[in-house]
Amino acid sequence: MSATLQNLVNQPYKHGFVTSIESDVAPKGLNADTIWMISTKKKEPEWLLEFRLKSYEAWLKMEEPIWPNVHYPKIDFQAISYYSAPKQKPKLKSMDEVDPELLRTFEKLGVPLHERMALAGVAVDVIFDSVSVATTYKDKLAEVGIIFCSMSEAVLDHPELVQKYLGTVIPSSDNFYAALNSAVFTDGSFCYIPKGVKCPMDLSTYFRINTEESGQFERTLIVAEEGASVSYLEGCTAPAFSSNQLHAAVVELVALDNADIKYSTVQNWYAGDEKGVGGIYNFVTKRGLAKGVNSRISWTQVETGSAITWKYPSCVLLGDNSVGEFYSVAVTNHYQQADTGTKMIHVGKNTRSTIVSKGISAGHSNNSYRGLVKVAPSATGARNYSQCDSMLVGQNSGAHTFPYIQVANNSSQIEHEASTSKIGEDQLFYFAQRGIDAEAAVSMIINGFCKDVFQQLPMEFAVEATALLSFKLEGSVG
Amino acid sequence: MIYPDSKIVLEVRGLCATVNGTEILKGLDLTVRRGEVHAIMGPNGSGKSTFSKILAGHSAYEVTGGSVMFEGQNLFDLAPEERARAGVFLAFQYPIEIPGVINSQFLRLTYNTVQTHRGKEELDPLEFDDYVREKMKLLEMSPDFLERSVNEGFSGGEKKRNEILQMAMLDPRLAILDETDSGLDIDALRIVANGVNQLANKDNAIVLVTHYQRLLNYIVPDYVHVMEAGRIIKTGGKELALELESRGYDWVGVEHKAVAGAVA
Ligand SMILES: Nc1ncnc2c1ncn2[C@@H]1O[C@H](COP(=O)(O)OP(=O)(O)OP(=O)(O)O)[C@@H](O)[C@H]1O
Ligand SMILES: [Mg+2]
Repeated sequence: MSATLQNLVNQPYKHGFVTSIESDVAPKGLNADTIWMISTKKKEPEWLLEFRLKSYEAWLKMEEPIWPNVHYPKIDFQAISYYSAPKQKPKLKSMDEVDPELLRTFEKLGVPLHERMALAGVAVDVIFDSVSVATTYKDKLAEVGIIFCSMSEAVLDHPELVQKYLGTVIPSSDNFYAALNSAVFTDGSFCYIPKGVKCPMDLSTYFRINTEESGQFERTLIVAEEGASVSYLEGCTAPAFSSNQLHAAVVELVALDNADIKYSTVQNWYAGDEKGVGGIYNFVTKRGLAKGVNSRISWTQVETGSAITWKYPSCVLLGDNSVGEFYSVAVTNHYQQADTGTKMIHVGKNTRSTIVSKGISAGHSNNSYRGLVKVAPSATGARNYSQCDSMLVGQNSGAHTFPYIQVANNSSQIEHEASTSKIGEDQLFYFAQRGIDAEAAVSMIINGFCKDVFQQLPMEFAVEATALLSFKLEGSVG
Repeated sequence: MIYPDSKIVLEVRGLCATVNGTEILKGLDLTVRRGEVHAIMGPNGSGKSTFSKILAGHSAYEVTGGSVMFEGQNLFDLAPEERARAGVFLAFQYPIEIPGVINSQFLRLTYNTVQTHRGKEELDPLEFDDYVREKMKLLEMSPDFLERSVNEGFSGGEKKRNEILQMAMLDPRLAILDETDSGLDIDALRIVANGVNQLANKDNAIVLVTHYQRLLNYIVPDYVHVMEAGRIIKTGGKELALELESRGYDWVGVEHKAVAGAVA
């Protein structure tokens, strides 16, 4: 690899800074007492404590998965602290009272707070309540009956809704990390769109990660009732040095008849340094249940961070004519490892799914797409289209594709396309010969490669994603 | 056209270069002045494309000796993109495909980048669209090519036209056309040659690398050079190309060795 290409892919992590946030932390280790303590601290109802304890028991009997194409030293689950409560901040009356350190954080991210807040139609679930903004959006959402709050609040204020849906898409015993999350999750987001309501704006949790340590075992639940629709944005451009190396989130989506949920993620956790030291292990379980007829679940993800990513946002297409979509860009650099993809489980008649996956590997990284398309006997007339493209930057990175297809009826149509390409010296030379430097060239090639996925992102998120990819692969040369 | 007292655009002295340790250029000399059209001919593998790519700054080649001055400055002081901005243009023998990058966006980026570095105004997408369509007419290219990925799936001849389109947009000081004629059908050859002729003026210079006289029927060279084994071993006027066409290259080599022997 030439010096230019080498430099390009070896940009230091641009979001590498730490915001100090006070918290009180539980002692290390996990047992029934820890779970009881979490539940008590959070003043949870009995049923939730039971849910946690059952999950914990299931977890004890489970083994860490070893099938993903990723490698890391064994995790000592007794060396982790499972609770860390953020100190309650006093309510702020104006922007002037926002912690200047926090403001600087956003500025470093290239997302000045005022601009961010001014972005039309984005309701931010802000923890440091800036009265003006948060209240405005909350009021607006409340008017149409939408509930959008933290999981902790939801447990206290809307227990019947949480109890009805929590764990129904991803049962505690689903997998090792989902079980762990179900036992010890501390917070996350809850979102409920009542019957017939089209959410008037995109919902975003952009700021939450910086202010709360809910990132470690985050729990999110989104329910769209009949005919409801919502677009949800999850962005975690986190401080580089999270105190938790292991992150195991669970996200559950439920779409009833004719409901539509679009879930978009831009993930930029600390990825470790260029030698592969440090970085977050991001072991996430995300699944949407397209429960009703004509319902739709759409996942879009831009994965750029974490040392290890293990993540398969999936759709269970239960309702007849329901639709599942998965659009993914996964970028790995240095010694990052990603094993990501999706599962499309067709159960209802005439269900349709689309998979578009773009993997970009640079440096010494390893990027795997793993996908399952499963068509049950009942899913007559089901259709799937999958397209998995890999791009290699440099000589030392790896790209792998593991598509699994299981079809149990003969009226279904499955199409799978795959390709591997390379950003070669000769392409960069062609750009250079036309006056375009390597940085701009890589950016243009990558954006072209990812176009089909970026198109799916809400406008302002697409801009952010493009910028993130630039951070990741380019930065300023030299 | 040869103009008296015209300024030197390119001055190559004793250029030596290697690729992966193998010497390809072995003391190449060439002087090109404004307004001139030079043709470089020579057998396969003699180093014509290597020379072109070295002028453009390809990193695979190592310059081991000699000098190249471009418009009075050391060409090797400039990075490849700086050379392009300063007016060195290479139409590639094998233009590379760039899947996913839309041609119109690529063309606009290259145009605006070069314009900016020359202290000129950028064009917005609408203005650029008008501008590029105008240039495409010159080459009788369909606007459909704007919406496709750069060179992807273009036929050999279409790729070559896309190269000359870029030459037309970027208004280079020195244009090196590496076998632009190969792969062009008879009509396309005429159209592309016409395009190049319209771009030639007294302030720029053109170096044509070609194997065939037929291109030189359209673009008449002021000088014809024969390259062999990494050197220019003979230079003549446009008649030299005709002679090469009928007699081949062997006699040039023999003659060169005889002269070299006599000198030694
Ligand atoms: N990257 C490379 N690695 C090894 N050898 C190379 C490389 N590039 C060029 N060469 C060799 O250098 C010599 C000159 O090649 P070049 O492409 O410059 O020839 P040319 O005169 O343009 O030939 P043609 O008329 O066939 O286009 C050839 O023998 C070629 O194989
Ligand atoms: Mg050649």
